[in-house]
Amino acid sequence: MSILIIQILNSLFYASVLFLIAAGLSLIFGVMRIVNMAHGSFYAVGAFVTAWLVGRAIALGVPAGWTFLLIPVGAAVVALLGIVIEPLLRPFYRRAEEYQLLVTFGLLLILEDVIHLLWGGLPLSADPVMDALPIMRIGGLVYPAYNLVVIGVGVVAALLLWAVIYRTKFGVMLRATSQDRRMASALGLNVGLVYVSAFAIGCFMAGLGGAIIVPTQTAVLGMGIDALILAFVVVVIGGLGSLQGALVGALIVSFVRTAGIQFFPEIELAVLYLIAAVVLLVKPTGLFGTA
Amino acid sequence: MTADVSRVSYRPKLLLFAAATLVLVLLALLPLYIDLYQIQLLTYGLIAAIAALGFNLLLGYTGLLSFGHSAFFGIGAYSVAFLLRDAGISLMEFYILIGLPIVALVSALLGYICVRHTRIFFGILTLALSQVVWTLAYKFFWLTGGSDGLRVARPNLLAGMFTFTGGGAFQRFISAYYYYVLAVFAICVVVMWVIVHSPFGKALQAIRDNETRAAFLGLRIRRFRWVAFLISGTMTGLAGILWVPLNGLTTPEVLYWTFSGEIVFMTLLGGFRNFTGPIVGGLLFTYLKTYAVATTEYWQLLLGVVLVLLVMLLPTGIVGALSAATAKLRPKEKSA
Repeated sequence: MSILIIQILNSLFYASVLFLIAAGLSLIFGVMRIVNMAHGSFYAVGAFVTAWLVGRAIALGVPAGWTFLLIPVGAAVVALLGIVIEPLLRPFYRRAEEYQLLVTFGLLLILEDVIHLLWGGLPLSADPVMDALPIMRIGGLVYPAYNLVVIGVGVVAALLLWAVIYRTKFGVMLRATSQDRRMASALGLNVGLVYVSAFAIGCFMAGLGGAIIVPTQTAVLGMGIDALILAFVVVVIGGLGSLQGALVGALIVSFVRTAGIQFFPEIELAVLYLIAAVVLLVKPTGLFGTA
Repeated sequence: MTADVSRVSYRPKLLLFAAATLVLVLLALLPLYIDLYQIQLLTYGLIAAIAALGFNLLLGYTGLLSFGHSAFFGIGAYSVAFLLRDAGISLMEFYILIGLPIVALVSALLGYICVRHTRIFFGILTLALSQVVWTLAYKFFWLTGGSDGLRVARPNLLAGMFTFTGGGAFQRFISAYYYYVLAVFAICVVVMWVIVHSPFGKALQAIRDNETRAAFLGLRIRRFRWVAFLISGTMTGLAGILWVPLNGLTTPEVLYWTFSGEIVFMTLLGGFRNFTGPIVGGLLFTYLKTYAVATTEYWQLLLGVVLVLLVMLLPTGIVGALSAATAKLRPKEKSA
């Protein structure tokens, strides 16, 4: 029984991180209509920045409890990076999809090597953050309390994002731009500002995903490329451009993956890609997509 | 894309034939003047050109961007490895004769699924399915060697007329294999040229330019796209079959989606709206990547910058830009 609880917690933990990445990807697609292949690399940058900051802080003698504050800092750095990059991508929004994919693929290659250049090829870890929290006992088994924090962050992020998009004026502007950018612009909306903000929010979430997962594992080269494909699977299942879709997709992928690791480890990933392919065939807009 | 109609004179075709023969003769004479490493590199380049040529039937002529062509390249490579390990076959012709139907079958199967969609959905679908193939190769390590991959020894060429054992085997293999690949490359170019200039090829271009109009003309769009996918995947698979004896090893990396990205990259580098674009792109990309990897640890950065600049400044690729430039230089001839 306690194994079951732990597996459910593991799935939710994994779903939180996946949701953070996929929701950003989906938001950027919804507003700008580009599929950002570099999105996974933003996640990786978030992980590396946070791990590096935590390492610095510990070396300077900052108590481990305070290093939690570095997680939002890591995410904010990625948001800043997004603010710099978005205007550079803007000329491509009206180009054919092939070119958009290729430019963001080029950006992916560049970001991967910038990470390599800045932090070298060795994995970076941020264990002290995780170790600052106690280990809990569930039944006869132990579980790190930090994972519950990650689940909590995922839930809060989902609620906040929902509130921003559906309950604020900015959200109305965002949705208006997404539905008809020319009309929004004709009505006097500063579309450029909406683009930058949406891109920054998307990057912030990806960065947060990286920042929050790095204490439980390490930041390694190539983590962004692997994460991108899983985020693709999530948004394909849920529907590109849909927030609920990203949430449901993340949950489906996480639970299938946890079950897969337990029961059919060899084809665990293959099953996920097959689910994505089947959803694409039956309902190309995904479970919640409208576009 | 100017439509050539039957009343066009044969002179341009003869000129083209002469130019192609000249290039082929030059390529055949080249090994006399360059060292072994350069011959090997050029062979890799020709193989990449075959892969890109096959890929471009889909992107350039059918208007479908596949992000999963690594699957066909990799399946070609792995079939050779399996044929050697499990059937003990060590003859190159058998690799091709048995490998091609395998790749064609997989292309037909994946193509049947993928051509139900176009645009971004087609791209993601090909990506997802190629990733399925990748994880299978990666995870079924007792079959595929996992991330270690499978080793492939130097095969015998031309029904065993050429065998490579003993002293100097590597040198002899590289020189002989270059001509082998060159011959296959020449055949592929001719086959692809015939395909894109046939009524079938014209139909593909009609579908690419205006799907609705093509449908009203009575073209069975999905069927045409499927056949194009089949041919495209098979030719890219052939490149994989040719690649593995040269490389000596096949790993899941050739199945991973970033390798599909590289195939897209090389096609765009040359230009996907030209017949010769992917050939030039495949050769050039091989040199670009080899020298980037050799000179800097940060070769991805270099390739990424080249890719972004390419999309910004030369969206029609190098061949596209060159032909536009030459067309500008002699505007009179063109209007005539």
